[in-house]
Amino acid sequence: MADVALAPSPAPDAPRTRSADLIARSLSRRRRAEVRFRAYGLAAVIAAIAFVVFLFWTILQSGLPAFFQAAMTVEVTLDPAVIDVGPRPVRADFPNEAAFAAADLAWQTALAGKNFGSLIERAVNAVLATPASSRDIRAIYASNERFRLRDMVAADPGLIGRTIPFTLVASADVDVWFKGNIDRSLPENQQQLTLAQQQITDAMIADGTMKSVFASWIFTNVDSRSSPATAGLAGAFMGSLFMMLVVIALSVPIGVAGAIYLEEFAPKNRITDLIEVNINNLAAVPSIVFGLLGAAVFINAMHLPLSAPIVGGLVLSLMTLPTIIIATRGVLRAVPPSIREAATGLGASRVQVVFHHVLPLVIPGILTATIIGVAQALGETAPLLLVGMSAFVANIPTGLFDQSTALPVQLFLWQGNENRNFFEPRTSAAIIVLLGLMILLNALAIFLRQRFQTRW
Amino acid sequence: MDQPASPPTKMGVSVTSRATEGSAAAAPVKVSAQNVDVFYGEKHAIKGVSINIPERSVTAFIGPSGCGKSTFLRCINRMNDLIEGCRVTGRILLDDDDINDRSVDVVLLRARVGMVFQKPNPFPKSIYDNVAYGPKIHGLARTRAEMDAIVEQSLRKAALWDEVKDRLKEPGTGLSGGQQQRLCIARAIAVSPEVILMDEPCSALDPIATARIEELIDELRQNYTIIIVTHSMQQAARVSQQTAFFHLGNLVETGSTEFMFTNPHDQRTQDYITGRFG
Repeated sequence: MADVALAPSPAPDAPRTRSADLIARSLSRRRRAEVRFRAYGLAAVIAAIAFVVFLFWTILQSGLPAFFQAAMTVEVTLDPAVIDVGPRPVRADFPNEAAFAAADLAWQTALAGKNFGSLIERAVNAVLATPASSRDIRAIYASNERFRLRDMVAADPGLIGRTIPFTLVASADVDVWFKGNIDRSLPENQQQLTLAQQQITDAMIADGTMKSVFASWIFTNVDSRSSPATAGLAGAFMGSLFMMLVVIALSVPIGVAGAIYLEEFAPKNRITDLIEVNINNLAAVPSIVFGLLGAAVFINAMHLPLSAPIVGGLVLSLMTLPTIIIATRGVLRAVPPSIREAATGLGASRVQVVFHHVLPLVIPGILTATIIGVAQALGETAPLLLVGMSAFVANIPTGLFDQSTALPVQLFLWQGNENRNFFEPRTSAAIIVLLGLMILLNALAIFLRQRFQTRW
Repeated sequence: MDQPASPPTKMGVSVTSRATEGSAAAAPVKVSAQNVDVFYGEKHAIKGVSINIPERSVTAFIGPSGCGKSTFLRCINRMNDLIEGCRVTGRILLDDDDINDRSVDVVLLRARVGMVFQKPNPFPKSIYDNVAYGPKIHGLARTRAEMDAIVEQSLRKAALWDEVKDRLKEPGTGLSGGQQQRLCIARAIAVSPEVILMDEPCSALDPIATARIEELIDELRQNYTIIIVTHSMQQAARVSQQTAFFHLGNLVETGSTEFMFTNPHDQRTQDYITGRFG
């Protein structure tokens, strides 16, 4: 269009027309380049969004159903003939605490020795048209349910002799069958359930005994090998939480203080240059190397316990420190020098300039840096494998020195479980929990940034 | 562009054949520089500058860009300490104290020699806190009432009180450019300095705001020694009593403003103030 409008005309001021013509021609070339560049950019953004959408879609599609599992509600009669071990000891009957504790433990041991499985078997048989074998019945519910029933009775011995509704979580294999995650047309020798077990399951689905329920135990139970259906993330979650506490307590004060010193106080010379280069390099070191360092220093040299959140937290702190230092130095450098000059000109000392003026301005940036660093640490797996955090731990850790695992490691363990068609959706569910935690942390970062934002 | 084609019309009978120092010699000397050299690394930015600045008057530093006038100004409260690789030699006396002496605490020096910068730079805090900051860190007010009084006085002296008295809690950064600069002046005054350095205080302001600041400078000189760096010849002529002309790191000429603008000794001064270079 411009070409037409500015077509060369033999005007008297020929030189100007010629240069205008040249510009007009280069214009269309420039415009094409611009259009091309924008198209590349747009394509890149669209591709990125598509990948993210695809990722979330697959994870949600596979993981969300795992939050609901098959369970059957049956009427369990707590028959005294099977489980009665007498009344629970009371403190008043014993001369001292030790004697009472010993008697109470003996009572609990006696209760644990009782056959709760037979009670469940009776209850299940009651809803079936034809009685099934003990073996088949044990295969259809999660083994952990026997212990849950026992713990209920131990907590409230008054239940003995009564009939209570009890929701049994179905075993992993039944859950797979229930959700149709296995090809039903496969021959019996390739199925996880025997024909008899399939029939029991189908009968219970048909009469409405077996239903899909929200799997709250994913959040409250620890990992379990013997009862995968009732395995949960509680242990890993607490382990991650303790590690994050260590990371925040160590890397934030050290990182921020280090960044402030390097940026505001340290002289600019070869030594500080060297330190800066090394910090930047540290941020790029593969995380598994930090794991090796942690194993060598914290476990071999300092004899800290294996698989403990303290060690995992220390290793992750080392990893997070460079990130926090670099990001904090970045936000410190972004503070306009005029603020420093203004305060210095009034006679503020260097420390006063930093703490009264610079720091309040960069708090949102530091918070963001911290949370990004912590989120990165939260998702880190490789270094934890080397300090023993990949061990199977069936307890919820109660302190920094307890054995524990971590959320990403739990993910890794579930992902590797041989019961593929049960654990694949389970892994996605764990990913959703981890991602949810990350999104929560990032939302917190954004909230804090808005909250402390100072405009000037 | 803003340089006058001819000297300002302030000339008159008072221009006499007195020495270049003119009226400067009449008042007691507040700041005295003796053979000051400044180096930025290898660069020799100020070359052997000696000047006496009289008390309770306005001294203007003029000169083309990069001539060293701001650098020299920043020597007087040692703001150059902040610049990596900057070295100052020679003596600068404030009253009779060598400001580069070991015994001089730079915090005390900066409390005595306040500074107003080119770009208004209020802290991102309330108007009140902006003014109160200096007195607070120096412990000049023992009670809240004393602080209130200092803040009010300072804002009044900076001719800003009436405009902001009802919104002292609002952020200082919300004011207009001219108001911000007066806030910065109030902030500097609050510490009760003896000398106020102004580094092109009006260069970021419109003509009306500039006029207000100039009026203010004229009033402030009754109590303070003011040194102002300016690019505007008219401004130097309007507000100052003494003028010093810098060129390529040298102090070319200094004297009473009237004298400098009407009868400069040096050809370079003449060329600069008549707008032949700049």
